[in-house]
Amino acid sequence: MSDKPKIAFYWCASCGGCDEAIVDLDEALLDVAGATEIVFWPVALDFKRKDVEALPDGSVYAAFINGAVRNSEQEEMAHLLRRKAKVVVAFGSCAQLGGIPGLANLFSRADILSAAYLEPATMDNPDRVLPAVHSRANGQELELPVFQDRVRALDQVVDVDYYIPGCPPMPKIIGAAVAALLGSELPPKGSVLAPNKALCDECPRKDTKPEKLSFTEFKRPHQVLADEKICLLAQGLVCMGPATRAGCEAVCIQGNMPCTGCGGPTSRVRDQGAKMLSALASLVDAKEPEEIERTLATIPDPVGTLYRYSLPASLLQAARPEQTCAA
Amino acid sequence: MLNRRTIPSAPPGTAFEPRIVAFFCNWCTYLAADLAGTSRMKYAPNVRVIRLMCSGRVDPQFVLKAFAEGADGVLIGGCHPGDCHYQEGNYKALRRFLLLRRMLKQFGIEEDRFRLEWISAAEADRLRTAVNDMVEKVRALGPLDLQILKSIEAETLEEAPVDV
Repeated sequence: MSDKPKIAFYWCASCGGCDEAIVDLDEALLDVAGATEIVFWPVALDFKRKDVEALPDGSVYAAFINGAVRNSEQEEMAHLLRRKAKVVVAFGSCAQLGGIPGLANLFSRADILSAAYLEPATMDNPDRVLPAVHSRANGQELELPVFQDRVRALDQVVDVDYYIPGCPPMPKIIGAAVAALLGSELPPKGSVLAPNKALCDECPRKDTKPEKLSFTEFKRPHQVLADEKICLLAQGLVCMGPATRAGCEAVCIQGNMPCTGCGGPTSRVRDQGAKMLSALASLVDAKEPEEIERTLATIPDPVGTLYRYSLPASLLQAARPEQTCAA
Repeated sequence: MLNRRTIPSAPPGTAFEPRIVAFFCNWCTYLAADLAGTSRMKYAPNVRVIRLMCSGRVDPQFVLKAFAEGADGVLIGGCHPGDCHYQEGNYKALRRFLLLRRMLKQFGIEEDRFRLEWISAAEADRLRTAVNDMVEKVRALGPLDLQILKSIEAETLEEAPVDV
């Protein structure tokens, strides 16, 4: 056993992109691996849950958990790592805010199971079998985790010390965050380890953003060939820059695509989607309700657009399951 | 962890009384409520009025927070179009209201739970009608009963039949 700080990585409801982002640190990953002892990382190293259970409580310095929490296994692992680690870091949009999987909170558990196991044309399921926690097959008792009734961000399940935003987090952000955590002075608990300003502030097209924006129509990326130099909001595209935390150096905008908001809100905003709704709607260039509605109708899916990464962490968190979800 | 303060609900066994949070602007609708009071008009006591300088000050976060903490309905009151003390504030409120109402539908929150009314300082009667009408409509809809106010209980979920 070395006396280097032990660190652990885990994934909950995620796509694997966050683990990929860690691998993308390239040579910097070797520095991290050299300065620490990695005790758990399912995507890359062959440690098992029992190895984590065998560690004394509090003996891991930091656990980096990515992904949202949807089932009982993820919840158990979050609690286990919380017990073992001094510092728990919510890594990436899903752990911080619920992320893309969090959009499932617009639908009930029954709707989701039906959409996955009963309705698809490619599904052959005459007995209408659905995943069950307990079942028997070939004389064996099988157990699956409980599919819970909604998606939660990590801090809705366990106490979280730090957040690293992004879908996935940028190498530069990860590097700075790891350096801050291994440094002599820890940032205040609860910090989001990224700049606390809006993305527009570091956007290369900042100077082309007009003094006063106004909208007669909102356009979606596939509907226009956007000018590569001019502010995307000025071109009528819904760019989440004003309501999104900086730190990514506007990579999407550099690729001529609008920001979709993966950085989450700054510390001054509680609900990213509501704040962006406020900004966009108030700039509609009309005064009559019908005319305003016509412009607003060009945002066909407000929740999916404004809360793409943050629905479980929003004020309402989830739709009422007994209600319909049509916009 | 999130701390939620919720508006206390009625004690069990009593009939459902809608809880409505009302955001009234300082220059028109709040004065109408004031006039209703000094004129000894009676209207449903289910609204908790919050005075803001302008309906344009109503951040959509305020509305969502009210629902998230136990309101069954949210009412916004502002000056008539053209009468805003700050020129444009009520138009901004209208635009935000229209998009927010459509978004609330995606959350399963019915249109009658969220309302915008233009009520001038002289229209105490209009205020009374708007409040009474909204309270009755929300009463008919029943409690909002958001899922987030309930905890995730793995044990009960495990046994919960999946009805599809």
